[in-house]
Parts: sequence; C-alpha cells; structure tokens
Amino acid sequence: MAEVEIDVRGQTCPVPLVECRKALKKASPGDLVIVKGTHPASRKEIPMACEAMGFEVLDIEDKEGGKEWEIKIRR
Amino acid sequence: MGDKDPEINRKRSRMGEKTVIILHSGDMDKVYSALIIANGALAMGMEASIYFTFWGLMRLKKGELDKGPLSKMNMLGLGRHMIKQRMDKANVASLERLMNDFKELGGKIIACEMTMEIMGLSKEELRTEWIDEWGAVGSYIQEARDANVTLFI
Repeated sequence: MAEVEIDVRGQTCPVPLVECRKALKKASPGDLVIVKGTHPASRKEIPMACEAMGFEVLDIEDKEGGKEWEIKIRR
Repeated sequence: MGDKDPEINRKRSRMGEKTVIILHSGDMDKVYSALIIANGALAMGMEASIYFTFWGLMRLKKGELDKGPLSKMNMLGLGRHMIKQRMDKANVASLERLMNDFKELGGKIIACEMTMEIMGLSKEELRTEWIDEWGAVGSYIQEARDANVTLFI
C-alpha cells in the first residue's frame, strides 16, 4: 500500500480539488492520499468530493494556527 | 436491479452524473468560469463536457485560449490587464493549465461545425488535440439529455 502526498498550499480554486482528484485517479485501491493546503473552501469541498466518489476521509487536521489543513484519504 | 446496500447504490449513481456546458462567449472571464466549473465537476466525480460555439469557439484557435477580452470593463484591454495582474497575485491557474487538467481528468470537448462555417475556420486552425467531437445542436442535446447540470455561458 502506497502513500502519496500532494502539496497545494498557496493554490486557489479549483486547483486543490483537481489535484486531489488526479492523485486519487492515479492511486490504487487501499492507497493513502494526503492533501496539504491553505485554500479555505477546499477544506470542506475535498471531503464532499471524496464522499460523492465513495472514498473514505480518515482525518482532517488544522495546522499553523488554522492557516493550513491536511486531509487524509483512503483510495 | 441494484445492490441491497443503499450506500453502494448512492455512490454508483453519483459516479454516473454529468455536467454539460455550452460556452458561447469568448470572453476571458467566462472561459475561466466554464473551465473552473467543468474541472470542479470532474474533480467531484461527475463526467463533464463543454460545447464550444460562436465566440467561445474562437478560443480553440491555436494560441487564442487566453486571448479573449474581459466581459465588462475591458477598457480597450486596460481592465483586462488589471484583472490578469490580480489573478496572478491570487495565484489563479492559467487557462492552458485548466484545459490540460480538464483533458487529463477525462473531460470532453465538442466543437460547433456551423460556427466554423460562419467564421470560415478550418480544423487545422484549431487545437484538434483537445477536441473529441465535431457537431451541431443534436450533439449538444444528445450530450445533455442525461445530464444533471447544464449551463449556457
């Protein structure tokens, strides 16, 4: 099982969502995809997208005093 | 029909959803709207197609994707220049990048043949590597008849 990390800190709409989808597309079932970002709307929209596609969000963590977030997804 | 587990059925149905956009405008800001929405749809597990027609089709000419004017306050290109600078500052992705992402995620592009005839365009003048289908109104309707979201921009 592989672990993929994508860094979209500083990126804005729709890049975090799109990069997350690209990573999930390339990953194999069971792989862990970790998305690091700063765009506020993507923090809630990435989990919405994962839910719609049937991927499990394992964890959402706020960092740097709420300026950054990290979302862990199981492909 | 279908699975006994409602959760699995729901996921299955979501994956089959589709967004179809008609891009009639060639204005830079509206091309952004179309590509951002279409990429968002793909990123959220839907299928997505964009039907390029009239002024929108001009943006498929080689080297013209980001050459459209601003829909309001263009002021002979001055307003457009200012907005471009602000977009760079906000780190907004280029149209070329959005188009490449759209294609990579399986987005479909349909080019309007009647517009080509009216504008005197040949296929050689267009970015054919992006275009999946050449069609008319029937292609749009066929594409949109099972779509959940369809927009005219």
